[in-house]
Amino acid sequence: MSPVLDIAQAGVRFGTGPAAVKDVSLRVAQGEIFGLVGESGSGKSTIANAVMGLLPATARLDGSIRLNGEELVGLSESALRVRRGDEMAMIFQDASASLDPTWSVGDQIAETIRAHRPVSRAEARARAIALMGEVGIADAARRYRDVPHRFSGGMRQRIVIAAALANHPKLLIADEPTTALDVTIQAQILELIDRLRRDHGTTVLLITHDLGVVGQVCDRVGVMYRGELLEVATTEDLFTRPAHPYTRALLAANPAGAVRGSRLPVIPQEWSTESLDAANAARDRRAAHG
Amino acid sequence: MSAAVEIRARRGRRNPALIVGLALLGLLGGIAVFAPYLAPFDPESYDIQQIMGAPSWTHPFGSDVLGRDVMSRIFHGLRVSLLVSLSAVAASLLVAVPLGLLAGYFGSWVDSAISRFLDMILVLPAMLLAITFIAILGPGSAVAALAIAVIYLPILARVMRTSTLVVTRNDYVLGARARGASHLRVIVGHVAPNALGPVIVQASVLSAFAMQLEAGLSFLGLGTQPPTPSLGGMLSDGRDVLTVAPWVEIFPGLAIMAAVLAFTFIGAGLREAFDPAGVSE
Repeated sequence: MSPVLDIAQAGVRFGTGPAAVKDVSLRVAQGEIFGLVGESGSGKSTIANAVMGLLPATARLDGSIRLNGEELVGLSESALRVRRGDEMAMIFQDASASLDPTWSVGDQIAETIRAHRPVSRAEARARAIALMGEVGIADAARRYRDVPHRFSGGMRQRIVIAAALANHPKLLIADEPTTALDVTIQAQILELIDRLRRDHGTTVLLITHDLGVVGQVCDRVGVMYRGELLEVATTEDLFTRPAHPYTRALLAANPAGAVRGSRLPVIPQEWSTESLDAANAARDRRAAHG
Repeated sequence: MSAAVEIRARRGRRNPALIVGLALLGLLGGIAVFAPYLAPFDPESYDIQQIMGAPSWTHPFGSDVLGRDVMSRIFHGLRVSLLVSLSAVAASLLVAVPLGLLAGYFGSWVDSAISRFLDMILVLPAMLLAITFIAILGPGSAVAALAIAVIYLPILARVMRTSTLVVTRNDYVLGARARGASHLRVIVGHVAPNALGPVIVQASVLSAFAMQLEAGLSFLGLGTQPPTPSLGGMLSDGRDVLTVAPWVEIFPGLAIMAAVLAFTFIGAGLREAFDPAGVSE
């Protein structure tokens, strides 16, 4: 089956600066949760914004990004707008910030529906209430008119997810969806994403720096560093047989696996370009030898 | 909608400046609107018996050099002055808000083009700009209002641009776009409502200055033309008789002061309510 998301040799450059993303290729299959991990500034969010067509005007994007076989790179703003919130949707790190504080939560979900479907206000409202119920908002009809600050952080993220899934997108991009939440709520939100994936067959690109999150829900993982995709592996392989030295360093630095009382290994402050090149060469040699 | 109204209502409580300002403006506005019914005399009719008559029971604020009732003239003058200053600020807002939104939202060359255009107006001294307009279009209330509107355009547009810049950086703007909202919808639905506070504050403060500007232009004989009464024109009339009939000067002056005070209080009150961070300062 052809992949839902097919990124080939994508590169992003802001203004005249160095490449923020270089030569990234990855494919995500229907119904798969693909994790993209890396440090801050490694280019994972830039990839997300590139897929959504939400890069700032100063950014230059080349390569190819296909959604269900359809090329997105080079599409006009209006062509992209029609796809955003319909074929592809995105949720952000800080749900409190990604909802307009002066709009009721229900209206923001209904807005998404009405941006893409010729339905009446009443129908959009009814669908929004159903969606709120589906993501676990109790008493949804009564809470439709409440503004975001009346909800807890976890509830707000549920509402953002409801808005993102309003038109049953094929691809959901989740950019650090649980980072701003505490651990128990984190698990609930991940469960919700996983459940919606199973119910609707939604493909998920999950961006995170949290390896615990990766282990919990991802089928496959890509590791990013300094704009490059170093390694793609199944979640199990990544944790048991990391191929790239950087991935090993990243896994070693995970406090969850550390021995109490021992010093936590750190990732060398700045991998030099030469050491990254050497490591990539070693990875490629290993791949060539099978 | 109801949610936003609720927030405003809560902020409105315990805001004495806003309440005093609105009450005073309400009083002055009421006088202006109902001037024909409230004024005891025709503001433009002479009474030779009453030339420079001192305040009395029939003429509480006295009468002027032509024997016209000062109180009646103030009532009608408020009407003209308020109309000119409010329509000037409203017209200015009508252009400034979209310009500020476009510049702040799109940035890059759109911002550069709009900002340079505004700078061009801003470098000209206010009075010079007003007098230029009047020199071209001739004196009158409407021209005075137009001149004031143009003078305020860069000030209001810059405030709007700044608050738009701040609001546009919010994730909910990106969030709305990610849900498929068009630029226009994002600007009108999400950016404008959240960015309007500071410009409303600024507009009410500028309304106070507009009163003074209008009075100043009329004082110079460039604004509202006699015999139509305007507060500035009345000041001009009273100047020559200040020592013998001070009431001709004092009462219009007090009326201007009251109107300026009302707008200033409203501005301070709205700032308290909308813009605690002080973007409009």
